[in-house]
Amino acid sequence: MDIDQAIPTFLLEARELLEQMEDGLLQIENGAGDGETVNAIFRAAHTIKGSAGIFGFDEVVGFTHTVENVLDRVRSNELTIDRPLAELLLASGDHIGTLLQRVADKVHGHDPVVNAIGHDLLGQLARFTTASTLPVPVAATANVAPAAPPAMESGSDSAVTGNWHISLRFSREVLQHGMDPLSFIRYLGSLGDIEGIVTLQDALPALGELDPEACYLGFEISLKSEASHADIDGAFDFVRDDATIHILPPHSPLQAYADMLAALSPEPAALGETLLRCGTLEAAELEQALTPAPVEMTALVPVIAAPAAQPCVQPETTLSVIAETSTPAATGKPARDSGRAKTLRVDADKLDKLINLVGELVIAGASANMIAGQLKARRMLEATATMARLIEEVRDSTLNLRMVQIGETFNRFQRVVRDVARDLGKDIRLVINGAETELDKTMVEKIGDPLMHLVRNAMDHGIEAAEVRVARGKPAQGTIRLDARHDSGGVLIEVSDDGNGLNRERILKKAIEKGLVGPQQNLSDEDVYKLIFAPGFSTAEQLSNISGRGVGMDVVKKNIEALHGSIEIDSVEGQGSTMRIRLPLTLAIIDGFLVGVGDASFVIPLDQVIECIKLPAVEQRTDPRRDYINQRGQILPYTRLRDALDLPAGTGGRHTDRNLVVVQYGGKRAGLVVDSLHGEIQTVIKPLGRVFSRVQGISGSTILGSGAVALILDIPRLLQQVIDRAAA
Amino acid sequence: MQPRQDHSPASEHGGEREQYLTFNLSGELFAIGILSIREIIEYAHLTQVPMMPRYIRGVINLRGSVVPVVDLLARFGQGLTEPKRRTCVVIVEVDSEDGIQQLGVLVDAVNEVLEIPATDVEPPPSFGVHIRNEFIRGMGKIGERFVILLDVSRTFSVDELAGLASVAAGEPDTLAA
Repeated sequence: MDIDQAIPTFLLEARELLEQMEDGLLQIENGAGDGETVNAIFRAAHTIKGSAGIFGFDEVVGFTHTVENVLDRVRSNELTIDRPLAELLLASGDHIGTLLQRVADKVHGHDPVVNAIGHDLLGQLARFTTASTLPVPVAATANVAPAAPPAMESGSDSAVTGNWHISLRFSREVLQHGMDPLSFIRYLGSLGDIEGIVTLQDALPALGELDPEACYLGFEISLKSEASHADIDGAFDFVRDDATIHILPPHSPLQAYADMLAALSPEPAALGETLLRCGTLEAAELEQALTPAPVEMTALVPVIAAPAAQPCVQPETTLSVIAETSTPAATGKPARDSGRAKTLRVDADKLDKLINLVGELVIAGASANMIAGQLKARRMLEATATMARLIEEVRDSTLNLRMVQIGETFNRFQRVVRDVARDLGKDIRLVINGAETELDKTMVEKIGDPLMHLVRNAMDHGIEAAEVRVARGKPAQGTIRLDARHDSGGVLIEVSDDGNGLNRERILKKAIEKGLVGPQQNLSDEDVYKLIFAPGFSTAEQLSNISGRGVGMDVVKKNIEALHGSIEIDSVEGQGSTMRIRLPLTLAIIDGFLVGVGDASFVIPLDQVIECIKLPAVEQRTDPRRDYINQRGQILPYTRLRDALDLPAGTGGRHTDRNLVVVQYGGKRAGLVVDSLHGEIQTVIKPLGRVFSRVQGISGSTILGSGAVALILDIPRLLQQVIDRAAA
Repeated sequence: MQPRQDHSPASEHGGEREQYLTFNLSGELFAIGILSIREIIEYAHLTQVPMMPRYIRGVINLRGSVVPVVDLLARFGQGLTEPKRRTCVVIVEVDSEDGIQQLGVLVDAVNEVLEIPATDVEPPPSFGVHIRNEFIRGMGKIGERFVILLDVSRTFSVDELAGLASVAAGEPDTLAA
C-alpha cells in the first residue's frame, strides 16, 4: 500500500480528534467535564501522535507528545485543568492544527513564526510536565533505573545496558493490513536513538515459496530513550494484533531476557546471539541468562502488562509485555472501532452522482407512467405506479444521505463565543438547542459564515457590559442562544441574545442620514429593523475588530438568500433580539408550483406563492394603463408573465391569461398572470450554466415528467426587473 | 458513418490528418473536428429561455442534463433555422471558465465523417464567405468542393454566447446568405 494515500484520511481524523479535544477542554473549563472527558482528550492527543508517527510527521509527533504528557498527568490526578492550563491546552490544540495544516499543504522546512509559537507553547507546557513529586512518565526511566537493581529479589543479576530492548515479530499479514513495519521503527527513532538493530530473516522461505505480499521479518532493537514504557508500547498500537511485541526496560533482570528468548524461539541460544549483535547483552550476560535458574522460572513467568496509567516502574512485575494485553484507555482503539461501525465515509462527488442519477430515474419513471397512461394499459399503469412510489422512496433516502446534523457547526461557536467574550471583556455563555437537527451538507457548510457574523454581532452590539446588565436587573452573564429545529418543511435557525435589543430610533436616524428612508416615512418596527440589512448600513458608533465594519448584515442576508432562505428580526428593546433564519432542507430539490404560459412551463418556488385566484374577466383584456386589482381592499399590482419575460406572442397554446398567482417577495405582494395552473411539484434543480448567467429572473431549470425542461423563476429579480422597466 | 479514406497516408507533418463531421446549413457545407463532438441527436422539443439573444434557441434535456442549443445560422447573423425533417442537434464540448460545457448546435442535416489532411486546408479568403472570419479555422478541400472548417472555441465561446464578452455578438440577421 502507498502510505501517502492514507494521509488525507489521517488529516481528516486528526482534525476531528482536535475538535473533540477542544470540545472536551471547553466542557472542563465550564465545569462540565468529568474523568471520562479527560480520558477522551488524552486519547485524542494520543491517537493523533500515534498516527502522525506512522507517517513520520515528526513535528506533529514531537509537539503532541509533550501535550500528551501534560494530559497524562491530568489523567492520573496529578494536575487539574484550571483556566490557565485550559487556555494553554486550547492554544496547543490550535498549534497542532497549524502543524497538521502544514502537512496538508505539504509545507516542509521551518517557518519561523510557527516555530516560535511552538517553542513558546512547549516552554509553557514544560512547567506542567516537570514540577512534580510523583514519578512522571517522561522521567520514569531515569528515576527508576538506579532504584531497580536493589529491588531485585531473584538474586540473578540484571543487565548492564541502559537501553530498552524491543523485540518485534510481525505477522505475515501485516503488509496486507496496510502497515509498514518500517514506519514503526522510524517512529521509535523519534522517541530516542536506535543503537542497535538486527533484522531476523530466518523465517524467510525459499524464493519459490515466497509470497511477496507477506511479511517474514522480525527485529531485535536496542533503543536508548528517556520515554516511558507506555510511550514505547504506544508506538505499536496499530500493529498490536499483527505482531508479537516484547519490550524490556533498561537494566531488566537477565532472567527476563531469557524468558523472552524462550517465548520466541525453541532455540533460545541461537536467538540470543542476536541480542549480542544488537548490543543489548554482553556474551557473559547472555550465558548467565541462558543458564536455567530452576526456582524462579515459574515464579517469573512473564505476561501481565502494567496498567497504562502507572507505566512500568517496577521491573520485577513487568517483565515483558505481550501484545494482546494492552489496556484500552491507552490505545483509544475501542472508541474508534465502535465509531467506525456506525458511519461510513463517502466521497461527496459519488453522492452527488448518485443523486443526479436518482433524479433522472424519477423523470424516467414519470415518463414510463405517462406512456402507460396513453396506452391505457391498466396493468402496466399499476406496475409503473408501484415503481414510481419506490423511486420516490429511493430519492428521499438518497437525499437523506446528504443530511448532516447542524451540531458540528454549532459547536464551533463554543470556542468563538469564549474567545470573543474574552476579547470584549464580557462574560457570555452560549446555549445550544437542537444540535441534532439535520440539513443538507452544502447548507451546513454555507450557513457557517452568516451565523458567525450574527453571533459576533450579538456579542458585540447586543450583550451589554456587565455593570449595565446588573443595573438593568439582568444576570451579569450574558446569554447567546443558538437554536435549530425543523419547521414547516424547512429548517429554522435562531440566533438570540438577552442584550440590548435593536434601537429603533438610532437605526431610523442612521437610515435617514444615509438617505435610505425619508424623514416623514411611517415605518413599522419590522420595517425599521430590516433597514440594518441595507448595504453599507452600520450603527456602531465605534468600529471594533469584532464587527461593525458595516459590510456585514447585507452580506449575511445575501448569503442566506443564495441558499433560498430568508431572515427575519424580532427584537424587544432592552430585552434582546432574535435573528430567525429559515432554510429549505436541501438545495438539490425544490417544492415548486408549475404554471403554463403558452406551451411553456415555469416553476415558481412554492414558498413564494401565497394564493391563486381567477383574474376578473374585466381585467383580462390587455390594458396598459392599469395593471392592478383590488384584492380584499388592498392594491395588488400584477404583471403578465409573458410580458415580464418577453415571451413571443405566438408560442402556441391558448392565451387565456385567466389565472393570477399571488406571490410574495421581500415582504411585498404582487400578481403574476399566467395561462394555466398545473399544481405543486417537487423536483430536482438543474443549474442552467454559464451561457445563461446574464439572464435575470430565472434561477435554474428542472426536468418535468414528460422530459421537457421547465425554467424556475427567480421572483424577486423578475419583479425588480418589472419595477425597473416601469420606472424607465 | 464511415470515414472516407482518401489521399496519401501520413503527410510530411506526420499524422496531421484530422477527422471532421460535415453538415449542411442553409445550403452551405460546414465541418467541425470530431474531437469536439460528443454526439448527434434528433431535433425534438426545446424549451425557450427568455431574454437571451436569438441565436440561443433554448435548452434541451440531454439524459438529465440541461443543455443550451445554439442556432448556428442565427449565430452567423443569417436568420433563424427552420426545423425540417433532417434537422439535427450536434452536441459539442467547449472549454469554459466553469469547465467543459456541452452545447447543442442546430444544423439542417449532418453528412459524414471525413479525414482532411492538414495539407488540404487553406486559410480562409479575406472576403466572400458571409460569416465572421474569426469563426473559420480554414477551408478544407474535398475533391472539387470546399468546406468551411469552424473554429469551435471561437464560434461557441461560452462567454460570448452568454453576452459576457465585450464583443458584440449578433450581426444584423437580415444579411443575405
